[in-house]
Amino acid sequence: MMLAIKEAASDMSPYVRKTAAHAIPKLYSLDSDQKDQLIEVIEKLLADKTTLVAGSVVMAFEEVCPERIDLIHKNYRKLCNLLIDVEEWGQVVIISMLTRYARTQFLSPTQNESLLEENPEKAFYGSEEDEAKGPGSEEATATALPARKPYVMDPDHRLLLRNTKPLLQSRSAAVVMAVAQLYFHLAPKAEVGVIAKALVRLLRSHSEVQYVVLQNVATMSIKRRGMFEPYLKSFYIRSTDPTQIKILKLEVLTNLANETNIPTVLREFQTYIRSMDKDFVAATIQAIGRCATNIGRVRDTCLNGLVQLLSNRDELVVAESVVVIKKLLQMQPAQHGEIIKHLAKLTDNIQVPMARASILWLIGEYCEHVPRIAPDVLRKMAKSFTAEEDIVKLQVINLAAKLYLTNSKQTKLLTQYVLSLAKYDQNYDIRDRARFTRQLIVPSEQGGALSRHAKKLFLAPKPAPVLESSFKDRDHFQLGSLSHLLNAKATGYQELPDWPEEAPDPSVRNVEVPEWTKCSNREKRKEKEKPFYSDSEGESGPTESADSDPGSESESDSKSSSESGSGESNSESDNEDQEDDEEKGRSSESEQSEEEGKKKMKKRKKVSEGQGEGTSSDEGSDSSSSSSESEMTSETEEEQVEPASWRKKTPPSSKSAPAAKEISLLDLEDFTPPSVQPVSPPMVVSTSLATDLEGLTLTDSSLVPSLLSPVLGVGRQELLHRVAGEGLAVDYTFSRQPFSGDPHMVSVHIHFSNSSDTPIKGLHVGTPKLPAGISIQEFPEIESLAPGESATAIMGINFCDSTQAANFQLCTQTRQFYVSIQPPVGELMAPVFMSENEFKKEQGKLTGMNEITEKLTLPDTCRSDHVVVQKVTATANLGRVPCGTSDEYRFAGRTLTSGSLVLLTLDAQPTGAAQLTVNSEKMVIGTMLVKDVVQALTQ
Amino acid sequence: MIHSLFLINCSGDIFLEKHWKSVVSQSVCDYFFEAQEKAVDVENVPPVISTPHHYLISIYRDKLFFVSVIQTEVPPLFVIEFLHRVADTFQDYFGECSEAAIKDNVVIVYELLEEMLDNGFPLATESNILKELIKPPTILRSVVNSITGSSNVGDTLPTGQLSNIPWRRAGVKYTNNEAYFDVVEEIDAIIDKSGSTVFAEIQGVIDACIKLSGMPDLSLSFMNPRLLDDVSFHPCIRFKRWESERVLSFIPPDGNFRLISYRVSSQNLVAIPVYVKHSISFKENSSCGRFDITIGPKQNMGKTIEGITVTVHMPKVVLNMNLTPTQGSYTFDPVTKVLTWDVGKITPQKLPSLKGLVNLQSGAPKPEENPSLNIQFKIQQLAISGLKVNRLDMYGEKYKPFKGVKYVTKAGKFQVRT
Repeated sequence: MMLAIKEAASDMSPYVRKTAAHAIPKLYSLDSDQKDQLIEVIEKLLADKTTLVAGSVVMAFEEVCPERIDLIHKNYRKLCNLLIDVEEWGQVVIISMLTRYARTQFLSPTQNESLLEENPEKAFYGSEEDEAKGPGSEEATATALPARKPYVMDPDHRLLLRNTKPLLQSRSAAVVMAVAQLYFHLAPKAEVGVIAKALVRLLRSHSEVQYVVLQNVATMSIKRRGMFEPYLKSFYIRSTDPTQIKILKLEVLTNLANETNIPTVLREFQTYIRSMDKDFVAATIQAIGRCATNIGRVRDTCLNGLVQLLSNRDELVVAESVVVIKKLLQMQPAQHGEIIKHLAKLTDNIQVPMARASILWLIGEYCEHVPRIAPDVLRKMAKSFTAEEDIVKLQVINLAAKLYLTNSKQTKLLTQYVLSLAKYDQNYDIRDRARFTRQLIVPSEQGGALSRHAKKLFLAPKPAPVLESSFKDRDHFQLGSLSHLLNAKATGYQELPDWPEEAPDPSVRNVEVPEWTKCSNREKRKEKEKPFYSDSEGESGPTESADSDPGSESESDSKSSSESGSGESNSESDNEDQEDDEEKGRSSESEQSEEEGKKKMKKRKKVSEGQGEGTSSDEGSDSSSSSSESEMTSETEEEQVEPASWRKKTPPSSKSAPAAKEISLLDLEDFTPPSVQPVSPPMVVSTSLATDLEGLTLTDSSLVPSLLSPVLGVGRQELLHRVAGEGLAVDYTFSRQPFSGDPHMVSVHIHFSNSSDTPIKGLHVGTPKLPAGISIQEFPEIESLAPGESATAIMGINFCDSTQAANFQLCTQTRQFYVSIQPPVGELMAPVFMSENEFKKEQGKLTGMNEITEKLTLPDTCRSDHVVVQKVTATANLGRVPCGTSDEYRFAGRTLTSGSLVLLTLDAQPTGAAQLTVNSEKMVIGTMLVKDVVQALTQ
Repeated sequence: MIHSLFLINCSGDIFLEKHWKSVVSQSVCDYFFEAQEKAVDVENVPPVISTPHHYLISIYRDKLFFVSVIQTEVPPLFVIEFLHRVADTFQDYFGECSEAAIKDNVVIVYELLEEMLDNGFPLATESNILKELIKPPTILRSVVNSITGSSNVGDTLPTGQLSNIPWRRAGVKYTNNEAYFDVVEEIDAIIDKSGSTVFAEIQGVIDACIKLSGMPDLSLSFMNPRLLDDVSFHPCIRFKRWESERVLSFIPPDGNFRLISYRVSSQNLVAIPVYVKHSISFKENSSCGRFDITIGPKQNMGKTIEGITVTVHMPKVVLNMNLTPTQGSYTFDPVTKVLTWDVGKITPQKLPSLKGLVNLQSGAPKPEENPSLNIQFKIQQLAISGLKVNRLDMYGEKYKPFKGVKYVTKAGKFQVRT
């Protein structure tokens, strides 16, 4: 046998070699003594360059010697490159093997998390763990920061991620899942998002596939909620889904619920509660309970909903609600005495033991809130004690003990009666409990010490339970594995190793190929990086001389990046074999350009469909090692030629100086009263038009000044704090001037000031990640900002008539800051001018759902015309419509993107009572506007 | 990996078993039956069952359970995917994947299973390769085989297996060279009580039927490829061409296969071609209720909607239904409580409706929820997303093929909550 396999393993035909690989596990299971010899054969076959053999031999490897990870080193790059052409079954096996391999060989891409947490980047990386930290601590870490070494992804790690990504498009669910788990376990947080779409696609497949995928999604969604948020609706439940699928989807929905989407989720849950499938209804009630504990804002709503369910006809539903209500009440019992009373009444009707037990526990625990009812409940329970289930009996004893301690006058006899009944119960547990309780609460000669503390023992404040997902800690199993699904270790499960502390030597993967010249090149480059990164603050000591002319490289980053990029792909194509693959036979240039095309495509796609989710930062996910790597290298080079670039930079900085001065002048103006704000030409036209109109109607004299000085809506808002920005402070204001490039955009003035002692160079906007529809017109790059100087730039943002925040990166030459601008609703519109008649006509068209009315009382300070107009126009960018009556104010505007009319009417009575009406097609905008204006007027 | 396979029919008989390693006793299936009993509904049998020594991974297809026995850790989707591939192959060979068809072709079934899995690891699963190895049954061949005693296992190694394109067999020859593409789009939607859309998206597939001689290299381009949000490909498609140019370039397998399946981004508003007016009510404390639904066209892009079927799972307390349809026919199964109304075509002049009374079990409390309506329909010659094939080019061969594209829109999981 052994001989035959050895011979076949070196056969000419790859099919024979493949069969030889298949034979290895067979022989191994027959005779495991031959292991060493078999490993030799495996080693030989692993070096095989055909796609046909790769899958089978890795399979044999996994069966015979999964621990011999050292055999993979030399073949790692080859396997990565072959992967896409291996048949589907082989792909699955290879990917899961490579996941394990990568976990032992590369550093964790998220290892610097602790470090990032104090960074401004944290907001970008995950919504879970961003929370305000005092500026002091940030400052402290900011100084400590440079001492540590930033994470650099090993190029081989990157290679793996990049080569597996196309497989997400595979038709085979198993392959997609394998890639998904690889990304989940190996990719940096920012890149994991790409797998969500593919996983959601699998949900259309057979129900068994759905079942497995949902299990995995449930686990993932606990850790990376943002990833699946855009696909929330794909997890909505159909009444025809099998129950097990329904429950898993419910789990995912619950995991995904957060402050913003909870209303929609709860509305869905309401539909589910009426389902005919009772198991599913019970699970839904549990899910509501979990939402209520996780999201404090909706706790009361949920509780009310659950209390309503108590009058449901189905007993199971009631019982489940009771159990959940009990858990919720434990969080804030004092406010809910009523609910406890209501529950107490239910004891007569509910038969489900778990629910009865829960009610009794609640009454006992909070007997001081229901002092009259509690003894009565105990009386009833004592009567029916013998007929109760064990779990209820235990709670009756519990209740009796607690009442005895708090209200012994009324309940002493009852308690003793219950305890005596329990003493002769059939269940030993109940007998034990009764004996124990009696000793504890009834003072006797011997047990005095304990009974003195009985009250403390029984009525100690108990922490509220945390309702957690059952999928919480499942991710310690490799996702997609059988063990993960069963949540138990299956035979033959290979533990997913933890990331190593120190990176093992990457050179083990180098393959000795005669024309391997680029390798040394790359090696050199890697060496160069090191000194740079060890002191990234820039005071780099003497570094190795770069092999190319530094001047030319510093001139164009892009050039150097493309150079290193193509170098990368060259080295790869040397590495990979071109034996049987037509696609790889192409030149590296075309590959490179394709890569770039891909990137662009991805970006465009993202912009068109991307959702405003914070965690899945797609920028990095474009999976091109060439880009990330080249960034690093170009930075290095930049650093090395510091003096040279300084010399070069001098002329531009002197050139930019006057410009900067101008800007700072502008900046100063911002502090002066808003009326001095420069008015752009179109504004002038419109205001003059307004004065014309005003001349026609001749009513309100206060109109002119209020129109002529476009009020600055919102004062300066902070975009980036001085400390977080390492000396760069950024504020923004909504200037309310039409944005010159695109009328749909809101123009935002951004004020930069540099309070550090080094100049900040190359300020520009990095690739934004925007929710659907939102687009940004970036401001021109600010070349340099000297210490102590400030500058202003204007950028346009098309918010698409929503108040979603626009997130983007603010990049300097050395750093990137993640910032976001959220517009107040009033800034999403521009004033229009119309006559009273026109106004009324338009208002007539926008009634019904489009009309929102609110009553309010104007405080004394804001009864005068001027103040009212000023306050409204400060809140919203609307134009005053002249009108005949003195106590009516009308304002009109159009939303910037869709141009829908927004009409605002304020009808003020002399007494101070007023009615505010907003008519707009955009109901959301209307509602928010009403809220804002009312707030502004009544303050 | 995969130790054994048991095929079990609905009544719980194991009618076929196949072992790739050592024989595993049939008794292992008892665990499966136990789970099946617990689940009540066939759909609720957990796909993965853990037993003391083995793991059972099962799928349910066409009223048959495919239960595989696993001994060691393996990605469950790997096995599930494989079992579905087996079922697909049966379907492909015998026209249907039923107990009768499998029993009629036991020899071929065993031959197939033997080729598809080697020592528990999938070997040849591509239909083109399998067909070269094992000829599909025809009447003539079975007669000849029974007379000559030969088997229908091919003698030669399939050529595709060795090439770069394992999905295509070599030496294909047709007199009429044809390439047909069916663009089939399904609308998945949940419509709420008031008629507004809770969730809607379009899922599409392009199925191809390619009968071309030689080694054709096709490229298919779309007028509006940006519509496709998420795509999964047959392995034959060159991924890089798609990424860079949005062109599907491939050497096709021979015969029928699924070229791509895609999802149209749910950002775009999905046109919902039908609306349903419904009023279903059950009276408190009486044994009857009302049932009235009307279907009408909406956003149908000027095409007729055909093949409409409405399926309703009525609550358990419903005993019988007395309804009158204005069009088509209805059936109510009192056992499964499923109402099916076969409507047919919608003519806008006279909207089809179904009205009548529902008989409830007396004394039982009235159902709390109205049942949701599942609707099926079909619109010919329309891809609801607006996807259009631009052109199909062929390289590598000289002849001129006959090309055709057909568009169909169907209802997928289309549910109206009432």
